[in-house]
Amino acid sequence: MSEPERQQPERFFSNRFNVTPQLMERLLGENLARRVDDADIYLEYRVNEELVLEENVVKKASRHVSQGAGVRAQAGPRTGYAHTDDISIANLTEAAHQARAIADRAGESGTLAVPGRGRPHDLYTLAEAPIVTELARKLDLLRKVDAACRAADARVKQVIVSLASEEIVMLIATASGWTVGDVRPLTRLNVTAIAEEGGKREIGSFGGGGRVGFDFFLEAARWQRFASEAARQAVLKLDAVDAPAGTMTVVLGPGWPGILLHEAIGHGLEGDFNRKGTSAFSGRIGQKVASELVTVVDDGTIANRRGSLNVDDEGTPTGRTVLIEHGILRGYLQDRLNARLMGMAPTGNGRRESFAHPPLPRMTNTFMLAGGDDPGDILRSVANGLYAVSFGGGQVDITSGKFVFSASEAYLIENGKVTRPVKGATLIGNGPDALTRVSRVGHDLELDEGVGTCGKDGQSVPVGVGLPTIRIDEMTVGGTAV
Amino acid sequence: MTEVNTDLLVSVLRRAGERGATAADGFLIEDTSFSASVRLGQVDTVTHSREQRLSLRVFAGKASAAASTSDLSKASLERVVDEATALARVTAEDPHAGLPDPGELIDRVPELELEDRETAERTPEEKIETARRAEAAALAADPRITNSEGAEYFDRRARYAYATSHGFARGYATSSFGITVAPVAAQNGEMQRDAWYTTARRRRALEDPEAVGRTAAARALRRLGARKVKTAEVPIIFDPDMAASLLRSIASAAGGPSLYRRASFLLERLGTRVAAAAVNIVDDGLIEAALGSRPFDGEGLATRRTTLVRDGVLQSYLLDTYSARKLGLASTHHASRDGAGVGVGTTNLMLLPGTESPEALIRSVKSGLYVTELIGYGVNGVTGDYSRGAAGLWIENGELAYPVEEVTVAGNLLQMFDRIEGIGNDLVLRERTAAPTLKIGRMVVAGN
Repeated sequence: MSEPERQQPERFFSNRFNVTPQLMERLLGENLARRVDDADIYLEYRVNEELVLEENVVKKASRHVSQGAGVRAQAGPRTGYAHTDDISIANLTEAAHQARAIADRAGESGTLAVPGRGRPHDLYTLAEAPIVTELARKLDLLRKVDAACRAADARVKQVIVSLASEEIVMLIATASGWTVGDVRPLTRLNVTAIAEEGGKREIGSFGGGGRVGFDFFLEAARWQRFASEAARQAVLKLDAVDAPAGTMTVVLGPGWPGILLHEAIGHGLEGDFNRKGTSAFSGRIGQKVASELVTVVDDGTIANRRGSLNVDDEGTPTGRTVLIEHGILRGYLQDRLNARLMGMAPTGNGRRESFAHPPLPRMTNTFMLAGGDDPGDILRSVANGLYAVSFGGGQVDITSGKFVFSASEAYLIENGKVTRPVKGATLIGNGPDALTRVSRVGHDLELDEGVGTCGKDGQSVPVGVGLPTIRIDEMTVGGTAV
Repeated sequence: MTEVNTDLLVSVLRRAGERGATAADGFLIEDTSFSASVRLGQVDTVTHSREQRLSLRVFAGKASAAASTSDLSKASLERVVDEATALARVTAEDPHAGLPDPGELIDRVPELELEDRETAERTPEEKIETARRAEAAALAADPRITNSEGAEYFDRRARYAYATSHGFARGYATSSFGITVAPVAAQNGEMQRDAWYTTARRRRALEDPEAVGRTAAARALRRLGARKVKTAEVPIIFDPDMAASLLRSIASAAGGPSLYRRASFLLERLGTRVAAAAVNIVDDGLIEAALGSRPFDGEGLATRRTTLVRDGVLQSYLLDTYSARKLGLASTHHASRDGAGVGVGTTNLMLLPGTESPEALIRSVKSGLYVTELIGYGVNGVTGDYSRGAAGLWIENGELAYPVEEVTVAGNLLQMFDRIEGIGNDLVLRERTAAPTLKIGRMVVAGN
């Protein structure tokens, strides 16, 4: 796509597909308005590029283009959704008819919802989008990362470096006459190291990125750090002992361990589950669900973060939503549908993986605010326990509230000192009460490096998390050492 | 077999040749799907979709690149070809890169009955009604079923075409259908959700919606009153769906890409014992009308039945052409196409049944855990270390005694497969990967 087009979604879709905002509005007006409670047309054009280096050379290079339109009609709690990857007026009209059938079938139409308007943010205007940065520079970086990772430790035998770049151009028109577009850059550099020693093999992985330009990786020696961290984690695990099994005091390090919040409370506070009454947090606003040291927010407005958006995928500007304030449950994350049905305001959390998926309430960047404790003091306060600083994925059962997240770098705490590294272990807890046992909160809030992807109902979206160092007095650690 | 038009692919490959590609292959998917969900008897979401994607792999000598697009207009396809050939020039030469030898390609596409050819297509109303019946049966099953995440009916029809620059061009069509139900049971302020499903290549092969709903309800109900248990090392029984998840971990470790990266706990284990002697694992892509079947793999090689593990001994890896050449082996015809090019994928992967009934396996445990759900990602494919969140039922003196939640089960996959002490006779190919009930001698359950 050409440079001016990249900045202007309306012009982009009008030039490329002859679909203008006026046309989208007419389509909505003729086919959907006054028959439904809410409706929208979402257009998307996406380019992905991936470069992979392994065995010292750039082996894989790929580029993918996808485009399409999704038309949605809602009446009461019902949603009709139709999408096509052939953006033409005829297909959009057919999709509108298919989507509308849902409303007609019930023979019911209400007043049109007026989405919360407001100015879209400007969180990621870049001098040069990562997707257009020339290949030669990217390939050069991959080679340098590879060399740095191998140089970090002689036991590193395999290195895989990947650089993914993406750009999404979206335009959404809603039945209430609000049309808004966004151009979303996203990039991520990831390093995987495999270390071997004495017949043992281990894997370490590190990466980061965001809605940033390619130069982000060159700043502050970031790429060198990614390379050496991946090597360090792999080598460290060669000497790891079995993780303990059972309930113990757990200290979580700052940054990415914030995945705890994402799983323990974030999903449970999404509007859909609460509207349906199927979340372990349903009906608990105003109740104490965490220690008074705990304040958690979801903030989609932080510049250049992986989880940030100028507007969500329903056209609502993102915001900062307080989920838990000093231990009290304050708010839910809402898309338009669930906000309307619950009589609340949308919070700018309506997100979709692509045009092929209807929006759902989702998190953006979810983190706990800093407390007043010194991280070193927090560790010294623990006689025996587990110190976990890096994690793989997590998952939650929304209804029972049980959640897990898997430590990929963790250590034993013995007599207030961080001692031996332990093998990966899953930590498990119960969302509505896990945070009631947070007894110390550090002053060292960090956001993660920009690697998170969240899955829900088969839809993946980029997200962020953050945490200061915290102490949780009782948590079950799923190791093998009884 | 439905004829699939391969002309578009052939023309794209021709252009790649004109642009300097020395070889190329392409894969085209066209897909139409419908889904309807119902919640508490009301329609919730109805989705109609139509998608297509052409993915292309080009070789410039021994260098390669991939590209794909969902825009099949002439201009877009030309751009994709040009971008892929340009990308191939920046990747490194790789002596193992390349298409399979033409002689290896399938010459006759077998009829595997993967497409439902029943003529009477159901109306959206009838499909919604199917989901409604399934949910209604769950809601009616017990007064403690008080809520629901809903029930969904879906169907999908897809056409696949594959072509190579050395003249191969074949296609096939598939269909799939499914129903899922997710009821919520409540009692004394506790809520538990569970789900059940049926899925098949032919609509008539779906289980009765009411039966699916009742099973879903029973699964949610049996979780009520769940508690944590004390940390202990005990025998573990995995129900068939959870046992199948263990099989997926084994398949991933046996996959060529994990092996040539030396990132697999099955590295250098070919021909050695990797499981108890009673364990036999096969991958059979030729089962008629099965969900994992396909006539040929993502590189045009004939699908077959592969024995992965025989009597506990690892017999074969899962390889595409590239990973096979890297390892000095032959492709096992497990290439799969994804957006980013060619990977390795299983077809119908099964751990073959034993002779014991699941009830007998449970009776053989004095004190242990029957696992019906696993959550989280605590599987390390390099070491086999395993630690996941679990829910299920506690076994006391050979009986299912009470539900358990908020515990983990941990061990190491190689050790776990070595410690398989009992294999159920209840293998049913409900999905692409299936296993019977499995009893593992001991694992660590972490709780209180």
